[in-house]
Amino acid sequence: MPDKKTPRPETEGIIGGATTSIALFQDRYVDMSVDLAGVILKNPVVVASGTFGFGREYGQFFDLSELGAVCCKGLTLYPREGNPAPRIAETPMGILNSVGLQNPGVDAFIEHELPFLRQYDVKIIANISGNTPEEYGIMCEKLSEAGVDMIEVNISCPNVKAGGLAYGTRPDLAAEVTREAKRHASVPVMVKLSPNVTDIAEIARAAADGGADALSLINTLRGMRIDVNTRRPILKMNTGGLSGPAVLPVAVRMVWEAATAVKLPILGMGGVSKGEDAAQLMLAGASAVAVGTALFNDPYAPLKVRDGLAQLAVRQGLGAVRDLTGGIRPW
Amino acid sequence: MPVQQICTVVSMEQLDANTWWMVLEVGKLVFERGLCGGQFLHIKCGDGQLLRRPISVARTQWDEPEDTAALIFEVRGEGTKWLSQRKVGDKLDVLGPLGNGFNVSDGSRYLLVGGGIGVPPLIEYGESPKWSKVAVLGFRTRDKAFPAVTSRFEENCEQTYICTDDGTLGRHGFVDGQVRDIFVKDKNFTGILACGPKPMLKSIAKIAAEFGVPCQVSMEERMGCGVGACLVCAIPMKDGTMKHVCKDGPVFNAEEVDWDA
Ligand SMILES: Cc1cc2nc3c(=O)[nH]c(=O)nc-3n(C[C@H](O)[C@H](O)[C@H](O)COP(=O)(O)OP(=O)(O)OC[C@H]3O[C@@H](n4cnc5c(N)ncnc54)[C@H](O)[C@@H]3O)c2cc1C
Ligand SMILES: Cc1cc2nc3c(=O)[nH]c(=O)nc-3n(C[C@H](O)[C@H](O)[C@H](O)COP(=O)(O)O)c2cc1C
Ligand code: FES
Repeated sequence: MPDKKTPRPETEGIIGGATTSIALFQDRYVDMSVDLAGVILKNPVVVASGTFGFGREYGQFFDLSELGAVCCKGLTLYPREGNPAPRIAETPMGILNSVGLQNPGVDAFIEHELPFLRQYDVKIIANISGNTPEEYGIMCEKLSEAGVDMIEVNISCPNVKAGGLAYGTRPDLAAEVTREAKRHASVPVMVKLSPNVTDIAEIARAAADGGADALSLINTLRGMRIDVNTRRPILKMNTGGLSGPAVLPVAVRMVWEAATAVKLPILGMGGVSKGEDAAQLMLAGASAVAVGTALFNDPYAPLKVRDGLAQLAVRQGLGAVRDLTGGIRPW
Repeated sequence: MPVQQICTVVSMEQLDANTWWMVLEVGKLVFERGLCGGQFLHIKCGDGQLLRRPISVARTQWDEPEDTAALIFEVRGEGTKWLSQRKVGDKLDVLGPLGNGFNVSDGSRYLLVGGGIGVPPLIEYGESPKWSKVAVLGFRTRDKAFPAVTSRFEENCEQTYICTDDGTLGRHGFVDGQVRDIFVKDKNFTGILACGPKPMLKSIAKIAAEFGVPCQVSMEERMGCGVGACLVCAIPMKDGTMKHVCKDGPVFNAEEVDWDA
């Protein structure tokens, strides 16, 4: 449980709205709740898979009930130790990572991590990666039964040599995995798309055809950084996935294209570090947004994004933050 | 449990062209949260750097109105350069306490082994009156053996051995030769506490195993979150699992670590 003595920076002027869906700013109320494929989040701010573990660490800094949802570290059917270090390199306004899906496996998650998260009034999204469509199916069954609120199907992790990238870059495979996940899941299935494709709309449609209840995007963009003195890549895996503020414009464009292509609700992410970034993704078509890399700079980033969104909504005279979704006025 | 703490720089001393001794006011992190030497702080280095920089705590002090922590760091790149340009009175955004310091008990006897910028995290252990200790400190050259640092060991340890790679001060050679010579005569130590570059730690771990002396090592790896959530700071263990420097370390038992990975 969070330490009550923990000093917590307050966003100026925001009152309430922390663990409820109503925020008050300059004497104006704003409804922060959003609907993501039938899952009601008390506010649109989610934490991105792989940047927040299973909530224990950042739960030392703030009450997890303040978030809309926690998206857990990517799970596989069996435990994985991941890639050799260095697994991170800093780049202009971003980072490259090559963690390689280190995780304790789906069973250990259900036994040891899920009960911890259940103590909080927050929606729990499990994120899964499989080597085969069957593995996705088995994990969906186990997780639905264990009572997670939603399953995010990662078809885009660029780090794992077996599978991973291929599903997310080929429409037929994306549809197949989605179908298999849907067949075994009794909670909403959200398919997480890879940005490493020429036409995101095509993959979005394939996931929709496979029966996806929602889409999330973007995962990391493949990148590389070289130390010019040693002439070696910083990452031991040579290449890795780019995230952080540098990718925000790519995320906004891809959310817009996906939202234009399909009718599904979207969890937008990629480079969000303040309320205005989140508002861009929502205007482009996202119903909710996830914050990842920004946490490494500031553990309170998700709460600042949430409060920034509330202020922006009030300033624009909106009664509900969900009114931003799809509100873009393209030329 | 770590918190975000806004810390004030209370002193800034330049030890040489690229090494700094910085003292921070850290609220009540020492008194209330047990911040101690060998742990680290994750420091935001201006708005230009997305990632915070991990810097070890060299020594801590209960104080009024705020506790203090000393950090000794070398300028390596943009982040540490920014840090070196801070002035007395400037504020820093810090996460801490993070990681575990060395596991020590009162009344013991330790061999402290430090190399280069790995020496400062041992200062608090070298100064404590709660245990007896012998120190072996290695530096590249004489100019890197700052008296401000070495005197803390010389004044408080049974014996302090200095080694330099180029022989300009103390014994000519690496610390491992000195450690071996000590153990041949006297291996009556509760354990070794070591901090320094990985090749040094590896050879100290080997000598420790050879003489049957328990050994703790403080390791480095590139970090993201600094709190255990992102899993980037992985170090392979002998049993095939990964541990994380920020959460499980930076101090590990030497026999746990897979030195050949
Ligand atoms: C637990 C721990 C304790 C440390 N304690 C000290 C200390 O007391 N004094 C000191 O001088 N240095 C210490 N370091 C090393 C220090 O963190 C790096 O020198 C510093 O991060 C370099 O940042 P930069 O921006 O100047 O360099 P850049 O090379 O520009 O940094 C680029 C990125 O690489 C990372 N990085 C580069 N070198 C290292 C390294 N050796 N270890 C970890 N990350 C690195 C940086 O954090 C940054 O994310 C410690 C490292 C760790 C992991
Ligand atoms: C260290 C790290 C680990 C990640 N692990 C996963 C993962 O396990 N599964 C997944 O679907 N995405 C993973 N991601 C991608 C993020 O969930 C997110 O899609 C991406 O980082 C973009 O958002 P951001 O810029 O806010 O970080 C990871 C990202 C980072 C930085
Ligand atoms: S730096 Fe994130 S887990 Fe260690």
